[in-house]
Amino acid sequence: MKPPAFEYLAPRTLEQAVAALGAEDAKILAGGQSLVPMLNFRLLAPSLLVDITRIPGLDNVDDWDGGLRIGALTRHHALETSPLVRDRFPVLHAAMAEVAHLAIRNRGTIGGSLCHGDPAAELPGMAVLLDAQLQTTQRTIPAAEFYDGTLSTVLGADEILTDIMLPALPPGTGWGFEEFARRSGDFALAAVGVLIGGEVRIVAIGANEKPIRLLNAEALFNDASDIDAVAEAAGKEVSPEGDLHGSAEYRRHLVKVLTRRALRAAWERTS
Amino acid sequence: MIAVVVNGVSYERAVEPRMLLADFLRYELGLTGTHVGCEQGVCGACTVIMNGDSVRACLCFAVQADGAEIETVEGLGTVDDLNPLQQAFQEHHALQCGFCTPGMLMTGVDLLRKYPLATDREIREGLSGNLCRCTGYEHIVRAIRSVVGRSVVGRSVAGHER
Repeated sequence: MKPPAFEYLAPRTLEQAVAALGAEDAKILAGGQSLVPMLNFRLLAPSLLVDITRIPGLDNVDDWDGGLRIGALTRHHALETSPLVRDRFPVLHAAMAEVAHLAIRNRGTIGGSLCHGDPAAELPGMAVLLDAQLQTTQRTIPAAEFYDGTLSTVLGADEILTDIMLPALPPGTGWGFEEFARRSGDFALAAVGVLIGGEVRIVAIGANEKPIRLLNAEALFNDASDIDAVAEAAGKEVSPEGDLHGSAEYRRHLVKVLTRRALRAAWERTS
Repeated sequence: MIAVVVNGVSYERAVEPRMLLADFLRYELGLTGTHVGCEQGVCGACTVIMNGDSVRACLCFAVQADGAEIETVEGLGTVDDLNPLQQAFQEHHALQCGFCTPGMLMTGVDLLRKYPLATDREIREGLSGNLCRCTGYEHIVRAIRSVVGRSVVGRSVAGHER
C-alpha cells in the first residue's frame, strides 16, 4: 500500500531534531528500512517524520580507547566493510554479512536497527554481546538495559540515539557467530554469538522477546570439554515462541546447535 | 521542492512527503522502467542506484532523495544500444516475463561495481534480495557471471551515452 500522509522535517542539528520530536506522534526517520515498510503496511500513522540523516557528524566509525565509537547514522554496508570493525570486532563483521540484503544494508542505519529492536535482528544481539554503551541525547545506556520488550526500547519520545560505543575486547578473544534463517537475508529463526576472552559471553538472538545473555549456560563453561553441556543448557535457557516459521521446540533446538557450533568456533579462535 | 539528478538529467518537483521514490520516478518523471512489486522492501523489483548505492525505491521517500544522483534502468542503455549487462541478459535468456529485470539489472550493476564476484555463490548472495517469480535465477547468475571482470561494464554503466 501507500503510506498514510505525514508532515516531514529534515533538521540540520540534534537540537532542532529533539525540538521537532516534541510534536505528538512524531517518529524519527533514518534509513527507513524498518519504518517505511511499517508505514506502507499502515501499521503506523505518525503525524510527523523527523529525518535525522541530514544532521552531520553521526556516521563515523572511530577509535574509542581501543574499541570503537560508531555514529548512529552509520549505514550497515559501511560497518560491514569497515577495516576497523573487521580487525577489532570480527564477530560483528561476521554478523553484518547476515543482515538482510545489499540494498537494505546500503540504506539501513545502525542506530535505526538498534532502536527498531527486532528480536531476531543481528545488531541488537551484537550490542548486547559486545557490552555496548548506547549514547543518546540525554544519557548513556548499557545495551543490556536498552530493550524493555519486543520492538520496544527505554528511549524517551524526544531522545535520539547518537553513538554506539564498543569497549575493546581483551587480546586473543575468540569469537563465534552462527545464524539460521530460511533464506539468505531473512531474519534469523535463531542466532547465537559467543565471545571467549576475559570471560565467556553467549547471546541468543531471535529466541526471546529481546536478545539475551545466557548466563546459566555461560556459568557452565570452563573449557572445550564443557561445550556440549553448555549448549544443552543454552537450549533450555531461552524461551522462544513458535510461529509459522518454526515451533518453539524447534527454535530451542536451533539455539542448542548454534551455541555448540559458535562455542567450538570461538574456542578454536582463542589464543 | 526537491531537486534530483536522474540518469544525468536534473529535475525539480514539489512532492508530498509520503510519495515513495518509486512512485516519484514513475508518475512524476515518467520513468516507468522502475517496477513496483511488493511495496514492502521484499521483492527488489524497484531497486535503483542512489548516490552510487543500490536502494529499494519503495523504502525511500522522494523527499529523502533531495540532492541525490539516481540511476534507473533507463540510464543503462536503449533498445538499440544495450549496456553490456543488458546484452548479457539477452544472450543468456536471463529474463522471461521481465518484471524483475530492472531490479536485477540495477542490483547487478551495484554488485559488479563493488565486489569481485569470484564465485557464483557471491553472485547468488548478492541477488538474494531480488525475487524472480519465473524462477529464472540460473540464467541471471550466468548473465552476470559473463560480464564479471569486463571493465567495459563499469565504464559503460557509469558513462553510457544517453
